[in-house]
Amino acid sequence: MPLRDMPEKGASDKGQAAAARRYAAARAGDAVFKGAAWFFAASVIALMLLVFVILLKESWLSIKTFGLGFLVSSTWDPVSLQFGALPSIYGTLVSSAIAIIIALPISIGIAIFLTEMAPKRVSGPVGSAIELLASIPSIIYGMWGLFVFAPVLSEHIEPFLIERLGFIPLFTGAPLGIGMLPAGFILAIMIIPFISSVTRDIFRMVPPMLKESGYGVGATKWEVIWTIVIPYTRSGIIGAVILGLGRALGGDDRNLPLGNAERKCF
Amino acid sequence: MNAHYIKRTLANYGALTVSALSAVFGIFFLFWILKDVLVLGFSAINFDFFTQLPAPAGMEGGGLANAIAGTFLITALATIIGVPAGIMAGTYLSEYGRKSRMASVVRFISDILVSAPSIVVGVFVYALLVKPFGGFSAIAGAVALAIIMLPVVIRTAEEMLKLVPDATREAALALGAPHWKVTVQVVYRGAVRGIVTGVMLAVARVSGETAPLLFTSFNNSFWNFSLTEPTATLTVTIFNYAMGPYEDWHQKAWAAALLITAIVLLVNIISRIIVRGKAG
Repeated sequence: MPLRDMPEKGASDKGQAAAARRYAAARAGDAVFKGAAWFFAASVIALMLLVFVILLKESWLSIKTFGLGFLVSSTWDPVSLQFGALPSIYGTLVSSAIAIIIALPISIGIAIFLTEMAPKRVSGPVGSAIELLASIPSIIYGMWGLFVFAPVLSEHIEPFLIERLGFIPLFTGAPLGIGMLPAGFILAIMIIPFISSVTRDIFRMVPPMLKESGYGVGATKWEVIWTIVIPYTRSGIIGAVILGLGRALGGDDRNLPLGNAERKCF
Repeated sequence: MNAHYIKRTLANYGALTVSALSAVFGIFFLFWILKDVLVLGFSAINFDFFTQLPAPAGMEGGGLANAIAGTFLITALATIIGVPAGIMAGTYLSEYGRKSRMASVVRFISDILVSAPSIVVGVFVYALLVKPFGGFSAIAGAVALAIIMLPVVIRTAEEMLKLVPDATREAALALGAPHWKVTVQVVYRGAVRGIVTGVMLAVARVSGETAPLLFTSFNNSFWNFSLTEPTATLTVTIFNYAMGPYEDWHQKAWAAALLITAIVLLVNIISRIIVRGKAG
């Protein structure tokens, strides 16, 4: 109740009524706003449930018809209506595994270079550039892989690999420049910016005191990195890899051009 | 003792060289991609690219004006659907729910949705909006992109709103302002920069999505401004043209790739400058 409304009796009543109205309006506004906020938060939960229900409903036919055999069968025969997803699953898993094997050491190398070795003048711009590259649409990576990288591979690198390392199952087949290894490699290149910028950020969170005590007892730079920085950030690196793996396993667009060959290759 | 020391020094230099080389290797590939997109894109881009419709298959010339417009249309629609919903849900998490059970469930689900493969979202929207209504449509594509955008906006909005000090809220509440007014006029105002940045990044991210659009908005060779018709987008066009047999198509795909990369990079750089302005 504002004080200035006190002196006159009539004005006070009017003021009181206005204040009451304002109070009611504020209450109503609060209720509406809170309700709207709650509604949209709840709609996220509803969305998730809807996704599950719809995906289950839509895939019910194939689950009922093929059962778990769908996951382990490699037949794809539209004529006799026999379908199996094994080649696709195998392709996804293997190309993702290749991607992680290539991307992890390189990303850690980049993070080490940026946090421990490069002078600030270099690490700032290079770090920003890598973060920017993480935002490039994945279709661009896929297209680059198809047009630029695949020809280079099929003309120069794959014949060599097949000749020298043909005894390893991965390196057999015709040098097409498309298939599992190139798909995995492109996936690696596309997740490297992501993993390395996350890894760099967690490397930076290592308390300087820990590193300084390492140097204090005479450890070399590499010993500090290997015995202090990496153990301290291990869980963070694993998290970054899992996020990267999530992107690789869900790597659909970049895989579209290259990955279609997976079945052929299998 | 001396041999041990030499061994350690050598191991140090060896390991550091390997990490520097791997850094060079990774950075080399990333810049190689960027360079190819720039060079090949610039050589293919011209005035017709922005103003003409696609030429019939196999013919030279034409442009992707409809796909450019389609990308803007679908991205704008997705922003209109996804951003207000995301900011409201983020407001709930930061201003109302905070430690409630529902808030933690919403956070958990947002984290799942962030990492959900975008093609799964596309399949979901296909089953929800394309199949029952009998055709691909711009609105289905926009909904798919909005779903992809939603969790990113929610988490950014929440984080940014949380950065506004509680003392500010309490000061406004102590003056007798209703809670919703405090949120809209005080808290949002304090967080607007961060939220705008987050929204820009989310918009940039979805503008580069291909997979969810393949079977929601599909493709179209002509102008289309109806929301219930199939609509061309740059990313789907890149996909189709890159897989196609014609050299001219490949050229167009590179030009489209350059355009989309330039937009995404520009948005990212601008938002970076905004954030830096805040820190400084």
